[in-house]
Amino acid sequence: MSAPVILKYSVPGDDFTRAGEASSAVKKALKKLGVAPDVIRKVAIAMYEGEINMVIHADGGEITVEITPEYVNMVLADTGPGIADIDLAMKEGYSTAPDNVRSLGFGAGMGLPNMKKYTDEMKVESQVGVGTTVTMRVYVQP
Amino acid sequence: MGNRFHSVTLDTDACKGCINCIKRCPTEAIRVRDGKAHIITERCIDCGECIRVCPNHAKKAVYDSLSIIDDYEYTIALPAPSLYGQFNNLDDKEIVLDALLKMGFDAVYEVAAAAEIVSDATRKLMKQGALKLPVISSACPAVVRLIRVRFHELIPNILPLHAPIELAARIAKKKAANLTGLPMEKIGAIFISPCPAKVSAIRYPLGAQKSYVDGAVAMSEVYPRLIHLMKELEDEDQSDKVVDAGRIGVGWASSGGEAAALINENYLAADGIENVIKVLEDLEDERFSGLEFVELNACSGGCVGGVLTVENPYIAKAKLKRLRKYLPVSCNHLRDERMSKLEWDAPLDKSNALQLDQDMNKAMEKLNEMEEIVSRLHGLDCGSCGAPSCMALAEDVVRGFAQEEDCIFNMKEQMEEFLEQMADQKSYIEPPFTIKKGREEKE
Repeated sequence: MSAPVILKYSVPGDDFTRAGEASSAVKKALKKLGVAPDVIRKVAIAMYEGEINMVIHADGGEITVEITPEYVNMVLADTGPGIADIDLAMKEGYSTAPDNVRSLGFGAGMGLPNMKKYTDEMKVESQVGVGTTVTMRVYVQP
Repeated sequence: MGNRFHSVTLDTDACKGCINCIKRCPTEAIRVRDGKAHIITERCIDCGECIRVCPNHAKKAVYDSLSIIDDYEYTIALPAPSLYGQFNNLDDKEIVLDALLKMGFDAVYEVAAAAEIVSDATRKLMKQGALKLPVISSACPAVVRLIRVRFHELIPNILPLHAPIELAARIAKKKAANLTGLPMEKIGAIFISPCPAKVSAIRYPLGAQKSYVDGAVAMSEVYPRLIHLMKELEDEDQSDKVVDAGRIGVGWASSGGEAAALINENYLAADGIENVIKVLEDLEDERFSGLEFVELNACSGGCVGGVLTVENPYIAKAKLKRLRKYLPVSCNHLRDERMSKLEWDAPLDKSNALQLDQDMNKAMEKLNEMEEIVSRLHGLDCGSCGAPSCMALAEDVVRGFAQEEDCIFNMKEQMEEFLEQMADQKSYIEPPFTIKKGREEKE
């Protein structure tokens, strides 16, 4: 068994146009590893949604991706405002995104629900005023 | 899938080993080794970017010479729609088609006519809901190859119909066989091509067991002779007109034409290889919703931007606009052909050229090793080592094609270190000989 591949990314909070860079890089790595296309798609979509969330709500954060032959684990940690009611935030269509973000086509309240939909496991830990950590896992082998 | 033929080759005498082509290649398929460019064939998608960018004209497109006409008893010219955009003040395309006959072809069949049938078939299939949305056009072979190499998830979205050129050859050859009674192998269907990717697609077809196109000549090579013949024809009565194609078929020559022919506004048309890659990245991540058709052309402007064309692509597009104005909307329909004749007869398989190893564990080891190597490199992506980026050099090292020492900055540092050591050593190592003082005084 070889060592897992660990990839780390810093998501800048102030630049919308750079969101998606990390998910794009992870996609590239997964293709080099020969991971199945549908797994790559799930990881890329979930991670992209997570990156956008970090930019909109949390002024950026850190992403750590662990790749093994069994699974891809993504940990997205920020020190943003935190989520007061996680169950409510997980509801489709619920969003606290500001208007300027909505005008760009984001903030439809589908971020967290999509992240759950496209991953096999997801855990959201959050403390108001401290930050949020989202851990997601997609299995490589069906 | 081992490779095979490429329509891009290198003139080794002309190649200076500069890094222009390696930096522009969209699949990182070129390396400079021993002072010359080398193409990694499994990765090459025949887009022709390297031909366009080479300042020494060392990258050349491969195509047939016009003498290929002599190899067949009966020959059919298949002019690409982009051909009509190459001429000034063209009010009707019959004169171009007549000039092709005068050049020595026995018949002409417009690829634009086959394009109209493909458009009609696509409309029908989309209406039936028979295709995976968004449907990605299969007309540009460089784009189809790019998806095979880099975007496996999107392979099921590719329109599983033959490109117009392939369909044109099939229709025209059958027609000619019926007319002349000759066997198929004595009939030559020759494409007047705007790009090398289409030349490759003939020898190494996509979605087909075997291509019916027998040869491809470069539009740029035919052009001067055509101009001359067209001048001669101006004074003569024109012959019977050849196959007709309308606005829709001719529209395929430039970006957006194929999509517009679907009469469905939920489409996207992108051109230029870098834009195409961006769109494919976004499609892969499902960032558009409600999109039904995606037309992608590797060349800027569409086929009029092919490297074997003569005219500036945007001027060609403007000229086509003028020509199309007086054409009927469409002259060809699916009812003339069976759908099965258009459908791919071989599946499109993915290419694993980017994968580091068949075994994921080994691939992971290599990826980790690559990351370590990259951390020791300088991140300048200067290309001086012959690879397009530091990451590409690291990949070459783990694949066993290069050494870390190929990085000239690392080498410079090592040299400096070595020189420093030498300088330090000088202070305490005695020279192996002694200079006798006072010698000068004696003499």
